[in-house]
Amino acid sequence: MQRSVKTLAAACAVVALAVGAGVRTAAAEDTITLGAAVSLTGKYSVNGKNTQDGYNLAAKVINEHGGVKVGGKAYQLKIVYYDDESTSARGAQLVERLISQDHVDFVLGPYGSALTKAIVPITEKYGVPMVEGNGADRGLFTKGYKYLFATLNTSDYYLRAAVSILADEAKREGRDPKSLKIAIAIENDNFSQDVRDGVEEDAKKYGMQVVIDDKLPADLNDMTATLTKVKALKPDALFISGHEKGAVLGIREVAAQRVYVPMLALTHCDSAQITEKFGKDANYAFCGSQWDSRMTYSDRWFGNPQKYAELFNATFHYEPPYQAAESTATVEVFADAIARAGSLDRAKVRDAIAATDMMTFYGPIKFDATGKNIAKSMVMYQVQDQKYVVVAPAKWATGKPIFPAPQWDKR
Amino acid sequence: MSNLTVLADAPVLLVQLVVSGILVGAIFALVAYGMALVWGVMNIINIAQGEFVMLGGYVVFFLDRAGIAPVFGIPVAALVLYVVGVALYHTVIRRIVGRDMFTSILATFGISILLQQLANQLFSADIRTVRSGLPSLFFADGMITIPEVNLVGFAAAVVVGALLVAFLRTTRMGQAIRATAQNARAARVLGIDTDRVYATTFAINCAICGAAGGLVAMTWFIQPYLGLTYTLRSFMIVIVAGLGNLSGVIVAGAGLGVVEDLAGFVLGSEYQTAFVFMLLVVILVGRNLWLARERRSLR
Amino acid sequence: MTKSGRSVAAAIAVAVTGLALPWIVPSITTQAAFLWLMILFSLTWDINGGQMGYNSFGNVFFFGVGVYACALVQRDSGLSYYAGLGAGIGAGALAAALSALVLGPAMLAIRGHYFAIATLGLSIVAANVASAWEYIGAASGIAAPLFPGAIGGRAKFFYYLLFALAVLTFLLVRRLYRSRLGLAINAIRDDEDKAEAMGLHTTRYKVFAWSIAALLLGAAGGPVGNLVGFIDPNDLAFAGATFGVWMVLMAVLGGKGTLWGPVIGAVVFHVTQELFWTWLLGWQRVAMGLLIVVIVVFFPTGILGWVARRRTTAA
Repeated sequence: MQRSVKTLAAACAVVALAVGAGVRTAAAEDTITLGAAVSLTGKYSVNGKNTQDGYNLAAKVINEHGGVKVGGKAYQLKIVYYDDESTSARGAQLVERLISQDHVDFVLGPYGSALTKAIVPITEKYGVPMVEGNGADRGLFTKGYKYLFATLNTSDYYLRAAVSILADEAKREGRDPKSLKIAIAIENDNFSQDVRDGVEEDAKKYGMQVVIDDKLPADLNDMTATLTKVKALKPDALFISGHEKGAVLGIREVAAQRVYVPMLALTHCDSAQITEKFGKDANYAFCGSQWDSRMTYSDRWFGNPQKYAELFNATFHYEPPYQAAESTATVEVFADAIARAGSLDRAKVRDAIAATDMMTFYGPIKFDATGKNIAKSMVMYQVQDQKYVVVAPAKWATGKPIFPAPQWDKR
Repeated sequence: MSNLTVLADAPVLLVQLVVSGILVGAIFALVAYGMALVWGVMNIINIAQGEFVMLGGYVVFFLDRAGIAPVFGIPVAALVLYVVGVALYHTVIRRIVGRDMFTSILATFGISILLQQLANQLFSADIRTVRSGLPSLFFADGMITIPEVNLVGFAAAVVVGALLVAFLRTTRMGQAIRATAQNARAARVLGIDTDRVYATTFAINCAICGAAGGLVAMTWFIQPYLGLTYTLRSFMIVIVAGLGNLSGVIVAGAGLGVVEDLAGFVLGSEYQTAFVFMLLVVILVGRNLWLARERRSLR
Repeated sequence: MTKSGRSVAAAIAVAVTGLALPWIVPSITTQAAFLWLMILFSLTWDINGGQMGYNSFGNVFFFGVGVYACALVQRDSGLSYYAGLGAGIGAGALAAALSALVLGPAMLAIRGHYFAIATLGLSIVAANVASAWEYIGAASGIAAPLFPGAIGGRAKFFYYLLFALAVLTFLLVRRLYRSRLGLAINAIRDDEDKAEAMGLHTTRYKVFAWSIAALLLGAAGGPVGNLVGFIDPNDLAFAGATFGVWMVLMAVLGGKGTLWGPVIGAVVFHVTQELFWTWLLGWQRVAMGLLIVVIVVFFPTGILGWVARRRTTAA
């Protein structure tokens, strides 16, 4: 028994040590500390990295421009990161740690709706404003959260435009949209299922018939079962979404099995680099996206989307996907709002964020009462001749949609 | 059950599901060979099996990017993984041979999460693919499609299986491996260097996984966290087929592929994995009942 | 000090540390709450893993059942917060214990590593079904109701709840190991066939022991679901790749088949992990993997076994 007392004492000592070591030094003077738990490992790590790069570039450029002026004093931005490993339980713990141990002033969103959902109750409880650019699930904005703001469009909007294009093109061909059949194969997670709900709602509005509605499992590596159903039921459009993996598998297997659908609509095409990976096989795919570097917005720090893309590419050596752009915009919102609030007080900054009405390279930002950005619209690409052509909205369109896609033997 | 009506209306789809299930299952079978070998000879369950597949995929991917076609990339991947296997054997695995199997499960689990994050840090988590450039074959008016790359995978599984059998039957090393599997102590007494036998066995397993990884990159995609899928599936195959039964492994692999496809089609993809593992539990429980009956009848 | 005096001292030390921790260092309350959860995890795993020789990779299944049962009661019963939570925890514990009673006879008849794999399969099935079943939120999970108390009160409240559960688990397990049941499950571990031949109803004991582990794990589910606030089927409830494996590792690290081993293993593991996650950003799992290999290869009998061996060689 003496042994156990000793070991217990040792255990207590270890805990105490951990406590001492675990608390990182609080923020130095003249810096504004932002905290973020992002997915550096695990299933969301591609987009987690995009998010982190986006945040870092924003902080760097804003600091180079003199930082954020609060009451005549210039503050530098600093970001503290943790790795949530793409798991929500971890995310919630880490954000609590950012707030109570690292004493961050404000919180930047994680990557993804599931992680954001896990974190919001905590930021709400502590009254810490969180601006996020990667949690698009509509469910986030129906709970009456006061400290949550999102720069992006909610995820149900990702593929709605594809449904309208389908209806319009069918009408042009003289077909009644009610006669159209659609197939849905969308991953079984928060974000993707919200994409699915958007598609279903709009399809219902047009009276289209949903003939396949599969939920792809998280450890999916083969879509044969779903695609065989597509072959049998011959829908007019196939909607696939499941982060990068969904886009890659969708293009690869649809092409390999020569499954013909007049319209194939996806998400995450650019971050999955489908044109680089699959060349011609990626042609005619429609892709929903939050942002495109060819748009003509203007920005106080970055100039415009093209310049942002160039700077991003020069810094991180890849084209910025929208996940990075929306993250950068998130930091811009904070910089803008803190300066307007003239204070680091969380409640004041929260009110300043709510009153945001700014133009960024990512698009206009203005929040509604629930905290989502209502000023910006989504972009719909179509891959034509291995390039992304913007086909909707009309204002930014650089080409016309091709529908129906040619049969495989005519490509 | 509208999915069943679809199947009844177009029975040709059943052929498609079965054929692609068999071809896909062959790649799982390849990974399962290695697992059965290590399990049978060394009494080790290797949880890091899927991570070796992942590493093999990356080797083929990077070679492909450097302009070396997968045809040459896959043998190189096997070779690289062979070396990795030897290195791992001498650092970790040799210390757990002969200990209880539970130790090996935990130790290889440690190796597996280590390799996952290492790959994440070194190669990034981007989803990678290798283009095979192979076309697809069509039958029955395009209702049945077989990508040739799947045929290549199947052929590779059969060839590797045959080579393995030939190796175990005919070479000195192969005989030594079989002798060690039967009775390691007796083998040692008879002058067999069991340490070398174990090292070779483990390295061969790694090489097989490496080759399978190349096929995976050509057929689907690779990323640092794909390992578990392959580890669990090969587990299942080995349990169903039993140890030391290579042709059984192929059959079980193909069977697993078919069951997965059919379950995904009929129940919907969301229940595909659940169904497969439910089957695993049922098989284990059933196998146990069957064994118990055997025991009773022997009495 | 006499033997009983020492254990009184130990009890006081634990009680004081446990009660005072959230007041001394309030900023780590959540992490400390998870420490007690980890202790509960490894202690309950060791009931069948260490003492009975049935290595389960699926005990996280019972935890998940508890998490969901509690969340559903809280969502659908219409009770006030505390009443709902109480009823939910009770329901979670019962549901978990019942599922162990139902599954036990078939599952526990499987021996050796086949048992380990069957239980692993069980937890994978559960995770997949939970993420496909609309009624329990499918992959979108369930959000726990908001805690009505003050800021920071939530963490403290669930901290004490988990602390109490961990202490209860320890006392219960200690009592069990001293009882006839303890002897019986040890006999099963040492030689099940002989134990059966001696007239022991092995199945009955095995199922009973497993159900106790399930009961405690199920009870822990509710508080954890509420502490985290958002229940994800794969990442929290049926988190086989994290919680499921950690249970095993912690028990092995401390020394399985002992009373104190799992406790020490959990403390060392959890603290090490928190340090890795803080200081080795991006490499934490590499370090963790390495640590696991080192533990298993060089300390196969765990910390307690290693200490005992050192002592005997020194003496």
